[in-house]
Amino acid sequence: MTTTETNTDPEALEPVVDPNAVSIVINGRQVTARKGDLIIKAAEDNGEYIPRFCYHERMSPVGMCRMCLVEVDTGRGPQLMPSCMFAVSPDMKVMTNSPIAKAAQEGVIELLLANHPLDCPVCDKGGECPLQDQSVSHGPGESRYIEEKRHFEKPIPISELVFLDRERCILCDRCTRFADEVAGDALIHFTHRGNLTQINTFPGEPFASYFSGNTVQICPVGALTAKSYRFKARPWDLEQAESTCTTCSVGCRITVQSSRDELVRYQGVDSDPVNWGWLCDRGRFNFESVGSGDRLTVPLVLTSSGHEPTSWNSALGSAARLIKDAITAGGANSIAVLGGARGTNEDAFAWARLAHDVIGTPNVSAQLADGLPIGLLALNRATIDEAASAATVILIAPDLKEELPVLYLRLRDAAEKHRSRIIEFTPKASGISRYAWRTVFYEPGTQAGAVATALGQADIAEQIAKGTVVIVAGRANLAESSAPTVAALLALTEALPQATVLPALRRGNVVGATQVGLRPGRGGLASLGILDAAASGKIECLILLGADPLGDVPDADLARRALAGARRIISIDTFLTGSSALADVVLPAAAYAEKSGTTTNLEGRVTRVAQKVTVAGTARPDWMIATELAQRLGAGLGFRSDSDITAAITEHVGGFEGVTAAVLDANPNGVIALAPNIDAINEPMVTLGDRNAYDYRLIVSRKLYDKAIVTTKSPSLAPLAGTSAVYVNPLDVTRIGSAVGAEVKVSSARATVILPLATDPSVQRGTAWVPFNQPGANIGELIDAAASVTDVRIESL
Amino acid sequence: MTVTTYSHTPGFYTGDRPQIVTSRFQYEDSYTLDRYLATDGYKGLRAALALSPTEVHDEVTKATVLGRGGAGFPAGVKWGLTPQAVWPRYLVVNGDESEPGTYKDRLLMERDPHQLIEGCLIACYAAGLSQCFLYIRGEMALAQERVAIALNEAYAAGYIGTCILGSKFSVDIVLHWGAGAYVVGEETALIESLEGNRGLPRLKPPFFPAAIGLYGKPTIVNNVETLANLAWLLRHGADEYTKIGTATSPGTRMVAVSGHVKRPGVFEIVNGTTTFRDLIYNEEFCGGIRDDHELKAFVPGGGSAPWFTPDQLDLPFEGRLVGAAGSMLGSGAIMVMDHTTDIPAAALTLARFYANESCGKCTPCREGGTWLMRILQRVVAGFGTHRDLDQLFEVGQTICPGAFPHAASERLGLEAVPFPYKMTTICFVGPSAYVPVHSALTLFRDEFEAKIVKRTFIPVTAIPVTGSAVTALPATADSVEAVGVGQ
Amino acid sequence: MSRLNEDNVRIALETIARYPKARSAMIPLLHLAQQQDGYVTNEAMAHIGELVGATSAEVFGTATFYEMFKFKPVGKYLINICATMSCALMGAEQLMHHAERRLGIKAGATTPDGLFTLEHAECQAACTEAPTLQANYRYRFHVTPATFDALIDDLANGRLDAEIPPHGTVARIRQRIPADRVVGPRSPDDVTTAPEWMAVAPTASGGGQ
Repeated sequence: MTTTETNTDPEALEPVVDPNAVSIVINGRQVTARKGDLIIKAAEDNGEYIPRFCYHERMSPVGMCRMCLVEVDTGRGPQLMPSCMFAVSPDMKVMTNSPIAKAAQEGVIELLLANHPLDCPVCDKGGECPLQDQSVSHGPGESRYIEEKRHFEKPIPISELVFLDRERCILCDRCTRFADEVAGDALIHFTHRGNLTQINTFPGEPFASYFSGNTVQICPVGALTAKSYRFKARPWDLEQAESTCTTCSVGCRITVQSSRDELVRYQGVDSDPVNWGWLCDRGRFNFESVGSGDRLTVPLVLTSSGHEPTSWNSALGSAARLIKDAITAGGANSIAVLGGARGTNEDAFAWARLAHDVIGTPNVSAQLADGLPIGLLALNRATIDEAASAATVILIAPDLKEELPVLYLRLRDAAEKHRSRIIEFTPKASGISRYAWRTVFYEPGTQAGAVATALGQADIAEQIAKGTVVIVAGRANLAESSAPTVAALLALTEALPQATVLPALRRGNVVGATQVGLRPGRGGLASLGILDAAASGKIECLILLGADPLGDVPDADLARRALAGARRIISIDTFLTGSSALADVVLPAAAYAEKSGTTTNLEGRVTRVAQKVTVAGTARPDWMIATELAQRLGAGLGFRSDSDITAAITEHVGGFEGVTAAVLDANPNGVIALAPNIDAINEPMVTLGDRNAYDYRLIVSRKLYDKAIVTTKSPSLAPLAGTSAVYVNPLDVTRIGSAVGAEVKVSSARATVILPLATDPSVQRGTAWVPFNQPGANIGELIDAAASVTDVRIESL
Repeated sequence: MTVTTYSHTPGFYTGDRPQIVTSRFQYEDSYTLDRYLATDGYKGLRAALALSPTEVHDEVTKATVLGRGGAGFPAGVKWGLTPQAVWPRYLVVNGDESEPGTYKDRLLMERDPHQLIEGCLIACYAAGLSQCFLYIRGEMALAQERVAIALNEAYAAGYIGTCILGSKFSVDIVLHWGAGAYVVGEETALIESLEGNRGLPRLKPPFFPAAIGLYGKPTIVNNVETLANLAWLLRHGADEYTKIGTATSPGTRMVAVSGHVKRPGVFEIVNGTTTFRDLIYNEEFCGGIRDDHELKAFVPGGGSAPWFTPDQLDLPFEGRLVGAAGSMLGSGAIMVMDHTTDIPAAALTLARFYANESCGKCTPCREGGTWLMRILQRVVAGFGTHRDLDQLFEVGQTICPGAFPHAASERLGLEAVPFPYKMTTICFVGPSAYVPVHSALTLFRDEFEAKIVKRTFIPVTAIPVTGSAVTALPATADSVEAVGVGQ
Repeated sequence: MSRLNEDNVRIALETIARYPKARSAMIPLLHLAQQQDGYVTNEAMAHIGELVGATSAEVFGTATFYEMFKFKPVGKYLINICATMSCALMGAEQLMHHAERRLGIKAGATTPDGLFTLEHAECQAACTEAPTLQANYRYRFHVTPATFDALIDDLANGRLDAEIPPHGTVARIRQRIPADRVVGPRSPDDVTTAPEWMAVAPTASGGGQ
């Protein structure tokens, strides 16, 4: 409504009516709710908490526990209704604590407690238990139940990570709904009936979901407990800080919880634009590695008798000397910095300043020859929300379920709720293929052609014309160079200029590190170039900033040659990895949750990460090491704390102008910062040679659980890594002449490895898939980083 | 009076009353297509196809064919509740008869399956239902076989399938069978079960099948007996149909009378006029209480119905009147108890039934039903306390807050509380567990008191697992690990 | 322990083809599995999951809800004695006592020779014929100790083989839908219009909205 000069009627000044507002009465108080809101939510938003167990905001309501019964009058007299099942309607009267409603709520509590063992003193949930809390706030205060309680075998493991105590279970359907509805892994289910109903897995088939830990968090009683937390702490002893998980680049919000200065648990925080409260198990449980006894706690220097512990003073002095010697021997360009994607923005900025400004080398990269050129970040960018609400999502990306699990959940949700249709280009079926509207299989190297063909199809063109398009782009195959993917991506962005791009680079802060400066300077080498230069003896000093080329670079031979060819190596790391074991100086770094700062997820969303525990031993944050080294190289960076650096980033990095400490404090979900000055992506060169006798084109991709150091140093996760095998289409097995399960020789032009043979019908004929970095033979031996694709021969032994 | 009995339908008696659904029961081969065609079979369908679907629907609405499954909702109105322009729509036939005391659908399926099939076809034609699923209770092997044979015959003869009798009307009837779960008789649980899931009821609203049913589409769920009426109705017309019975309850209905009567049986009676006294005492029906004992109490409408005492004998078997008197007609089953009946023990058999058959979805039924049973087991076994009797009411109140229906009693000076009740559960199974407990305890508290022995402790282990008459614990589901509930 | 055999897979696929959604065939397929092996094996449940597109856990969840499905071997004959009200009023408990004595086992157990499993059952919908029992879901009415004994003897001696198949088989006759008569299911998501015969009169109006 607008006012005009002639209109002086005060009635006309009444505020604009919100079409989504619904006026209802709760406990005699007139309040405004949102149209479509469930009563339970409308009440909560207006300060009236209705007790609940089965209701969960992120899952569909089932109305099973009956705890949220209230009296509702829609004009036909008060009716007892579960408030989680009904939406508000105009002038509805809700009584949450009328005598009938209270009696119903008290009755439900008493009934739920009838068979619930009151073992709260030894229950992990005690102290943070909705059943305990609501028994006090909404229960009758005593139980009249004197019959014998229901008995089940006390906790049974339903997976490697989760235990189930069916006696404590109140059958609220939260975990089972989560498994089915959110994760798409209906591996736990109600079984049996009536009073004997229980939750269970199929005999012999564990709840092996990548998201199982969420069920522990949403369980309203202590029925589901996490192996890693059982009997470790009591909730009232916990200290916590809100932070962001940096295991991968999705950037899920979490609370980091510790007891007696030891990390004991991460819990998901419901961040609306990102993770909706969910976490993957790898992110949730890898806190164990922070407290690992294998952490590096003192600096090491290489002597004739191996690594010797030393003081920080001497180690930093040695490192500075190595850098100076290198400059003297080969100039600043003979120094290279690899890594930095696992640290904070502050770590990355300090190191970028050290590398570019103090040392003066342009050879800096936060990637490890397994991502895409950073020009990817210069494309029109999309957010997760935009992807999960786009009419069409085009995936030219790795298996998101394996690499960016919570992004997978968000896109799966978009497809399941019919908001988005997914068109997936992939060399083999991925976790999301089940939910994709179209899955286009391509032979490695040919994705640009596959994209062109698909875009020419009428139904796909029609779908794309329906609305917004978001492209999720990343590297699906480590046995390919980045070129074929880049070619396909450019084909897409040229054909669909309106489409936006969500980068699917996986390392926690790779986008942040790149944006704040850990990227090649003018004329500088990217990761592959650095490795090549090192291998050919052109690098005097290689600085590994939390990087383990031997573990992460797909081309194993190149990684080996690079580390052998670099004259000196300085490693800053939390563990002694295969690569840091070769370093001349090893500086122990503070791990996640041992330092504070900010991080940037794949959207460019900057959030705070928090320090919760004291660093292991004498370890220091990366930024502090950079500052000290700069000082020893004669140029102080002037940083005394991470907040100094946060301020410096705001001041110096384009796109970060608004990302001040105050803004971050006010926006726990973060703010998007996109660095504008990244060079555009170059047109790549794809060369597909003759296969000759190598009749299988190789696909190598990551699984969620592998030999990554943080996984292997987390006792809960370590056993989850599978074993290496070569997967072919079942129809190709006879051609190979070996039985499934038998060991076969897999050879490329470069090398041969022995792997067990396995089948997967989603692997296309003429291709072979090997998961990367799994226990067993190293498939990286076969990969030539310089070639567009890798072709192999598979022969029986 | 002609009396005909068959080995597979023993106890079925028929008198000179109108026969709408049981007219072929007198024939040994009543279930065959030959017999069906020789006795006006599929003439109702032909009559329907001669009319437009709307006209057929109108005819059914006009006849006020009340649902025979329990709720008594008119079929014609039900068909009209589907939302406009939402397709497809389905027919699900509820042949999962399991209400204690009830059996009529089983007979209708075993003895006259073609009549049911014809009813299905008429319903599909009138309401535009594109596929029919005939869900038969899992334990009814003979009914499943008879219906399978009839479907095979009818398909072969062109009564089912594409272009039925040369018309544009095409529909499949798919025989589906359950696997033993009482709650699946509840229409939304039936739909869940038909979708391949656990038979858990859905909340109504919003999940009224007519709007959101099978696969989320509009679905009509009709009882076997309801559909069995349609062939006759279409043959004779609504005017003839409404001449039988009363204005609010036209036609006939099937009633099973069991328990302590001289000749238990299933009868097709004129709707609305026959009284309970007629049914229990008339020679035409049950002929009185066994051994001329005294009547103590009876259940008027299946195990879920509050009990009546001789005070209510003269009520006609009519839904509204019985509702006002504190009970319900339900699925048409009367269970009679004579004066020798151990009332607490009898109530326990029903309480146990409902506790056992709870689906476990919602808390009050899952926990409350079993709690009621466990207390009652102790009381019946002689280990109860006076507190336990009040406790039974208190537990019942958590399932059904507020006044609970019961019959008037002259002896106790009680006024009737009319049906229905308020409930905290999703479906009626929870309240049903409380029904027998509440009725028995309200009407015969003295018998419960008599079982109370003063004890200072409750020897839990002393409670017999199976024991004296009507105290046995149920056969539990096949749970190996569960202990503590009756094992 | 086995998956569905070839013949049964054929029946399973035929059954699945009758429903708009494959999962609807889950209970009929579980019966089929029980008919094949006498009880429902884990392998069969996993197989059914593959056939109808459900996880094994979902099949297990559905199967355990229904009391007719057994997950370990039971006797060749499953004797269910009804214990609900009408039968209880007419002496079901005494019948159960007799049955336990006659078979030498408690309710819920199987005789050592593997012939009989005895169970309490809830209402069998034959209340006027109380007390009743079912042997592999075939009724026996007005059962007395004498007729019970005779039944057990007859079953043990194979005299009732024609009427009562071994446990697992319920209905011996299956529905057959001839190919030239079948309409066939359509996915509910694909149908948006009224069936053909409704075309003239779009919506039935009787009592409708």
